[in-house]
Amino acid sequence: MNLLRTIPVSLRALSRNKMRTFLTALGIIIGVGAVISMISIGQGAKRAVEARFNSMGTNLLFVHAGSRSYRGRHGGGGTYQNLTPDDAKAIQEQADAVKYVSPNVSTRAQVIYGNKNWNTSIQGVGAKYLEIRNWELEDGIFFDENMVKIGAKVCILGSEVNENIFEGADSIGHIIRIKKIPFRVIGVFKSRGESGGWFNRDDMIAIPYTTAQRRITGRTDRIGSIDVSAVSMVRSVEAQEQIEEILRIRHKIAPGAEDDFHIGNMSEIAEGAAESTKILTILLGGIASVSLLVGGIGIMNIMLVSVTERIREIGIRMSVGAREKDILFQFLTEAIVLSVMGGFIGIGVGVGTSKLISHFAGWQTLISAGSIMLAFLFAGSVGIFFGYYPARKASKLDPIEALRYE
Amino acid sequence: MDNNKIIRMENITRVYKVGETEVKALRGVSYSIQQGDLVAIMGPSGSGKSTLMNIIGCLDKPTEGKYFLENQEVSTFDKNKLAHIRNKNIGFVFQNFNLLARTTALENTELPLLYSNVSRKNAKELALQALSSVGLEGRELHRTNQLSGGEMQRVAIARALVNSPSILLADEPTGNLDTKTGKEIIELFGKLNQEKNITVILVTHDPDVSSAAHKRVHLRDGQIEEEEKE
Repeated sequence: MNLLRTIPVSLRALSRNKMRTFLTALGIIIGVGAVISMISIGQGAKRAVEARFNSMGTNLLFVHAGSRSYRGRHGGGGTYQNLTPDDAKAIQEQADAVKYVSPNVSTRAQVIYGNKNWNTSIQGVGAKYLEIRNWELEDGIFFDENMVKIGAKVCILGSEVNENIFEGADSIGHIIRIKKIPFRVIGVFKSRGESGGWFNRDDMIAIPYTTAQRRITGRTDRIGSIDVSAVSMVRSVEAQEQIEEILRIRHKIAPGAEDDFHIGNMSEIAEGAAESTKILTILLGGIASVSLLVGGIGIMNIMLVSVTERIREIGIRMSVGAREKDILFQFLTEAIVLSVMGGFIGIGVGVGTSKLISHFAGWQTLISAGSIMLAFLFAGSVGIFFGYYPARKASKLDPIEALRYE
Repeated sequence: MDNNKIIRMENITRVYKVGETEVKALRGVSYSIQQGDLVAIMGPSGSGKSTLMNIIGCLDKPTEGKYFLENQEVSTFDKNKLAHIRNKNIGFVFQNFNLLARTTALENTELPLLYSNVSRKNAKELALQALSSVGLEGRELHRTNQLSGGEMQRVAIARALVNSPSILLADEPTGNLDTKTGKEIIELFGKLNQEKNITVILVTHDPDVSSAAHKRVHLRDGQIEEEEKE
C-alpha cells in the first residue's frame, strides 16, 4: 500500500471520534505550547541579561590588589595596597590590546552643600572613566587629562547624590565640600538604575584620582584598583594576559609564584549570568517537556483503546490482503497525525501565551524559530514513539482471531 | 502436474496447542479442486471445516502436509506472501458479512484495492463494476447500516470479486439471512460460477446450500468422510 494513502484512512478514523481526538491532541497542544512559551521566557531573560552587560561594556577588565602572604599567612583580597599609578601608566603604554586605563582610588566621605549633607562613595578615577565604563553624562562635562594631572578640585555627581543635595535645582558650577575640601560640580551622571545589591551606581561622586590621592587618602604612591578597557571584546583575553605579564615583571614576582594582584573580567561575569539564564531555559523547557511526555502517554493510551475497539476492522483488512506493515503504518499514521496536528495548534498556543506573558507580566520573551522547530520535532517523535507500540500490537494480531473477535 | 487443479492438498494436518494439550483439527486431508468447480465443504461443528477453510483461504498454515494453490506451494509462504495471495487470488464472504461499519458500500468494495497497486480512480471504477455485477447499482453510496442483510452480503461478495480472484471462499454465507434472501445469494454464487468461471467453495452445514454445489465433501473429526459428485 502506498504510504500516502494511509493518511486519508487515518484522518477518517480520527474524524469519527472528534471529541476523543481533540482531547487526545490537547495533551500535545498543551505540551508544545508550554515548551515554546517557557523557552521564550528563558531566552527573553537571557537576552535581557546580555543587553545589560553589553551596556556595561564586556571589554572591561578590573585589576585589583591581591593578597599578600606573609610568613605563610594569607591576608584577604585587597588588604594590601600594592598597585601604583606607574603600574597603570605601564599598562597604558605597553599593552597594545588595551585601549583605556583608569587608576581608581575609592573611599567614602561626607559631602556638604549648604545645610544638606550626604554620605556617599567617592571614586577617584582617570579621565577615560566614562569611555571605559560606557557611561554617559546627563549634564555638564567630564574632567580631562589636564585636570587629572593638576589634581583639579572638580567632581561629577551621581544622579542620586545630585537629587539629594540639589533637589532638582541646577548643580553645575556650584561648590560642594567633600571632607571639608571645596569641589566644583562640573557634571552629572545619567541615572543607571541600581545594579543590584552591593553598589548603587547612582549614589557616588567621581573626582580625579590624583585629587583623591592628594586631598582625601593622602597616599600619592598607591591606587586601589585599575579599570581597563580592551581594544575589543575579542581581544580582552589577550589584554588580560598582557596586563598580567607587565604587572608580574613590575612587581618582581618569581616564575611559578602566585600573582599579588587579581584581574577581574566583565565577560566572565556576563558569561556566568548568561550561563545561569541558560540553565533557567533548560529547566523551564525541561519541566514543560514533561507535559509533552504526558501528552504522548495520552496518545498511547487512546491508541491502545482504539486498537482494541477495532480488532474486527483489523481482521477484515488483513483478510482482504493488508500486510502487517500496512496495519502498522495505518495506526502509526493516526498517532503521528494526532501529535503533528496537536503540534501545529500548540505552536499557536505557545506563541500566544508568550505574547500574553510579555504583555501582562512585562517580561521580555523571545520566540526563536529554533524553539518552534524543537517543540514540533519533539511532538512528532512523541507521536512515533508512543504510537509505535499500539500500532505494532495491531499489526501482530492473528487474522483468524481478529475476525472472530466480538 | 495437472494444471486444471487450482487447489491441491496433500495430507494436511493442523494441530492447535491449547495449554498442554494438543487438539488435532485436521488429520490428514487430501483433496483437489478443479478450476471452475462449485464445491461445498460440509460437516457438523467441530468437524474441522472452519480450519480447512482458513487454510484454503491462506489465513492459516497447515502444521504438516502440502497445499498448492495455482501450482504454488503456499504452505511454505511467509505472512507477507500469504497476505498478497489473499489480496490477489482469494475473495472471502463471511457469515456475518464483516463489512466496515459506518462506511459506504463503495468504500467497502474498494478496500482490497487499497492493498494492491491500483490507482484511486481505477479502484473506484472496478468497485462500481463489482457492485453492479451483484445487482447493487444505485446503492453504492449507502452506508452499511442503511442496507438490508441481503444487500450487505452482496456488498461483501462485490468486495470479494473486486480484485478478480480465482477463488471465492464463502463461510456459511446464508447463515444470517432469511430463507428467501439466502436462496438469492446462493443463486448469485451459481451465476458467478457459471458466467465468470470462478471457482466457488461454500463452507456450510445447510443441505439447501450444498445442493447448489456440483461437488460435496463431508468432513468428520478432521478427516474426509465422503466425497460426492453430480
